[in-house]
Formats: sequence, C-alpha cells, structure tokens
Amino acid sequence: MTRQLNLKRISHDAAVPMLLKRLAIVSLSLLILLCGVMLLGLCMGSAESGFQAVVNALTGKKDGDPMMTAIIWQLRFPRVLMAVLVGAALSVGGLVFQALLRNPLAEPYILGISGGAAVGAIIGILMGFSRFPGVSATAFAGSMMTLLLVILMSSGETLLKKDALLLSGVMLNAFCSAIIMFLVSMAHDSRLHSIIFWLMGDLSIVDVGQVGILSALLFPCFILIFYLSHAMNLLLMGKEMAQTMGVNIRAVTVTLLVTTSFMVSITVANCGLLGFVGLVMPHLLRLLLGPDHRVLTPACALGGGAYMVVCDLLARVLPEQGEMPAGVITAIIGAPLFIILLKRSAK
Amino acid sequence: MRSDADAIVANHLSYGYGNQAVLADIAFAVQRGEFFIIIGPNGSGKTTLLKLMSGILKSRQGGLDILGKPIRDYNRKALAKCLAFVPQTIPTEFPFTVLEVVLMGRSPHLGILGLEGQNDLEIAKQAMAFTGVAHLSHRRLDELSGGERQRVFIAKAVCQEPQLILLDEPTASLDLAHQTRTMDMMEQLKEEKGITVVMVSHDVNLGAMYGDTLLLLKGGEIVSLGKPEEVLTFQTLEEAYGCTLLVDKSPLGNFPRVTPVPRKFMLYV
Repeated sequence: MTRQLNLKRISHDAAVPMLLKRLAIVSLSLLILLCGVMLLGLCMGSAESGFQAVVNALTGKKDGDPMMTAIIWQLRFPRVLMAVLVGAALSVGGLVFQALLRNPLAEPYILGISGGAAVGAIIGILMGFSRFPGVSATAFAGSMMTLLLVILMSSGETLLKKDALLLSGVMLNAFCSAIIMFLVSMAHDSRLHSIIFWLMGDLSIVDVGQVGILSALLFPCFILIFYLSHAMNLLLMGKEMAQTMGVNIRAVTVTLLVTTSFMVSITVANCGLLGFVGLVMPHLLRLLLGPDHRVLTPACALGGGAYMVVCDLLARVLPEQGEMPAGVITAIIGAPLFIILLKRSAK
Repeated sequence: MRSDADAIVANHLSYGYGNQAVLADIAFAVQRGEFFIIIGPNGSGKTTLLKLMSGILKSRQGGLDILGKPIRDYNRKALAKCLAFVPQTIPTEFPFTVLEVVLMGRSPHLGILGLEGQNDLEIAKQAMAFTGVAHLSHRRLDELSGGERQRVFIAKAVCQEPQLILLDEPTASLDLAHQTRTMDMMEQLKEEKGITVVMVSHDVNLGAMYGDTLLLLKGGEIVSLGKPEEVLTFQTLEEAYGCTLLVDKSPLGNFPRVTPVPRKFMLYV
C-alpha cells in the first residue's frame, strides 16, 4: 500500500462527531448505490421486463403481467438479495483478513480459506447432508482447517511474513482443488453437473428461505465485526502498540478470524467459489475513504453487496444463451487487480 | 522501598525465554516525575525490561508495581490510561493520516468503537502542536520522514494523557538534530506535565545529559543504578561494555561525557 493515488478523503476536516457524520454520509451514499444496483438487477434478465413491471411487482399492483411478477418475486428477488449478502460477506471477509494479517493482498479465496470450505462442502454434499446445517457445518470445518494450516505454514521467525502467507495460500488452494477434483470424479450421480456449476460460483439456484437463513446467520457477524473495527485500527499500529492501548489481541484476533471464516464458509456452502471478491471493494473503498475500519466495515458490506449484484448481472446478461457462473466474472475482474496490487506492494 | 513517590517499583523481577534468563532478580524504583534512562550493551535485557513495565510481557517471577499497584491487578484499559508505550517503529502498510494515528491515543479513554468527541480532538491538536506535527495532521504516515514519524508516535502517546511514557530507543535512527529535539521534548513533558519518562537508549551521552537516574544493565543484571555521574564511571562502563572508554566532564555542565576509544588511539590512553 505504499504508493497510492492521493485522493481527497471525504469530509475529513471538521473532524469530530465527524466519525458518525462521516459514517452516515458514506453509508447512505453506498446504500443508495446498492438500491439502484439491486433495482437494475431486478429489471434485467433473460425475460425482458421493463422498469414499470418491476415497480408494479414491487408495489404489489395487480395490473401487471402475473408471469412477470412471479419471475421478479420468485427468481430475481432472492437471487439479487443473495448476491448482496454474499458480496457483503466476502468483501468484509477480505477487509478483515487484510487488516489482521497486515497484508493488503490477503483475501479468503487467495488464502485458500474458500477452497477449504469448498472441500468441506463437497464432502457434506456427497454425504447427503442438507445445506443447513450439514453442508454449512462441514464447509466451516474445512475453512477452519485451512485457516489453521495457512497460519501455521506462514508463521516462522517473524510471524506471518507477507510472501510466506501468499505462497501458503496458493499451495493450499492447489491442494484443495486437487481434493475437489478427486471427490468430484469419485461421484457418479446426477449431482455432478450441479456440483461443478456450484463450484464455479453460482447464484442461480436460490430460494427465499435460503436467503432468510443466510441473512440471519450473517447479520450478527457483521455487527460483531463492526463492533471490533476500532480494535482492527489499533492492531494495524502493531501488536505491541495495540496491546499497550488496551486491546486484548488474542481475543480480538481469534474472534475475527473465526467469524470471517464462518461467514466465508456459509457463503461457499450456498454459492460456491467466488474468487477475489474480497479484494476489489476493500481496496477501492480504502483508496476513497482511508483506512479507518469503523467506516470501511459498513462501507465494504454495502459496496461489496452492490459489486456482487453487478457481477451476477453481467453473468446473466453477457452470454447469448443461458448464463455463466458469477465466479467467472469475479475472477476476470479480480485476478488482474491482484496482479496490479502485487506489483505495487513489491515496490 | 515502596512509597507513594514511586511510579514503578520492581522487586526480584526475573524473566526468561525457555531456560535462558534474560533478566535475573532485578530491583529498582522509578520516582514519579523523573527521567529514567535504561542503558546497556546489546542483549542486556533493556527492551525486555521495558516490555515488562509496559505490560507487553508478563513476568512469572517477582513483583512489579505501577503507580503503587501491582501490574497484574490492572486490566488492559486501566493500564493504558496511565501508561503509554512508544515502540521503535510502527508498520505503515495501511495509510492512516497523522491525525488518525494521534487520535487513536484517545481510545483507552473511549468506548469500544473509540468514537472521538470534540474534546478528544482538542487534546489531539494540542499533542500535535506540542511535538510540532500539527502542520502534518492530514498527511499520511508513510509519506513522513523518520524524525517526523517519531514525533507523531510521541504525540499519540501524549494524547493518551498518561502519567508514564515508556519509549524504546526513540533516538536510534534519528540524526543529531532530531535526537536532541526528541530528548528536549521528553524533558519538557517531564517538567511541564510532571510525566514520568522511562526510556531505553543506546546513547550513554544522551543519558548523561537528560537522565535523572540511569540504570545500567548487563546480561540481565544491574551493573549500576543512580545519578549519571555515579553510573557513568570508567569502571562500571568498562565492566558493562568490555571496551576502553574515556570518561571526562562534559563542557556543558556537571555531568560526565563518555568517548569510546578507537584502537589507533589506544597507546595514548
């Protein structure tokens, strides 16, 4: 993060109850953006529906096309909500990993946490578990395992060296992919196609109940992370400094790592692997808003949600026929960004 | 030796990593409002001692009282309200501004989200003016020079409004002008606000010029403890550093001046 565009930060002068004011301004603008994007997500799709039809469906007017209303309410609405949740969870996850590991390149997918969750999820699927709580639990177990491994592998003399961390993540990711391929090739049933499609990051098979459970699980996590956001700021000043400022480092670190891994695993259990989502929004927002996590955490949740809706929208409308997995879009945008950030941090 | 006048009291304090003893049975007292400087060769346990006093490390043996209360009876926040620690370096991968860093000093006094009020901002501004970084308040930490950064960290410590400030070699990487500026600043804090300053330093001459009390460590044990003219003698320094040194009176006043003697001059000493 050494060389950055020197963008003017929003409302930094008046300074004080300033933080709440700033938080309100940032959150409100991103919320408006999110709502706009969500509306766009409801309007567009393989079945053309005008803006008016969406408004009619949303406001419950009966004069609209009932078919269209059903598509909007039962297909697009849960899907858009799902995209918001997943994008928010992965973006906040990226933000937390970047702060805790003090590495701007850290991200659940790059560190192999998502891969571990995917291995766990596939094992759960093959064992015939339902999505909640079975597959989500095995995914969580998988992600915790990779998290432990990646931290053990990269902590040597100087705890969590930058390169060691990324290399361990890449290695674990490769290993997890191999296990996934192994498991997939062992499976001989009809679920194979859906597993592969799911793996590449898929938001197409979503129902309202699933969205409800996911949001009930994710919201407490968001609140917990926001609650610890100032402790994250202090942790960025170094462990010794944070400790002498009254932060219980171990408790905060463990809580944050477990919470983010949990968030990542339940999104993976639902929507598969959506890579690099945790990179784009945290970096863009840090560039615009500065590194204060009390502002960044809600901003990443809202901005990440909007970003994912756009990615999913592109995945739906770009192909001539059918659609592609949203993970393809997130990787196409995210991987080059990762390379740019890597080059910059090497300077 | 416990008294209300003491900011820090160490009794039979020991610390070790594994079987290796880093500090062995140390006892001393730091009086309130004094400038206390810990000197000694590399690996003598100076930094370990400072980390014990700041609560970063916990000793398994011996007692350590901060402001008349055992350090283990403090919770983290309560300790942070009366004691500020200034590390040698602070990571700058994440581009906080000077004001943001200095304001973090308020966090022990605030709730968990650290929401700063007008009063906190005022304190931060005063702290920045005191260390001469007010004009940098909107600059990013990674754009500053080493000397400027050091002054930001000290402003953050001042902003914490502690009774004690502990510094780990604050002058190590600074040029001569910045060294004296930093030391003058700490002396001013001591005299104007009555803050107790405890500092680890490699520079025995800075210790002689500024320290009220010096603690000379070697191999985890106290070689000498007292006023600069008592500690900085030819005998104690040679015992601690194991090299030839010339000790005379400083032209500036009634305190010793230490000059290391290069080999080529050895014949004449």
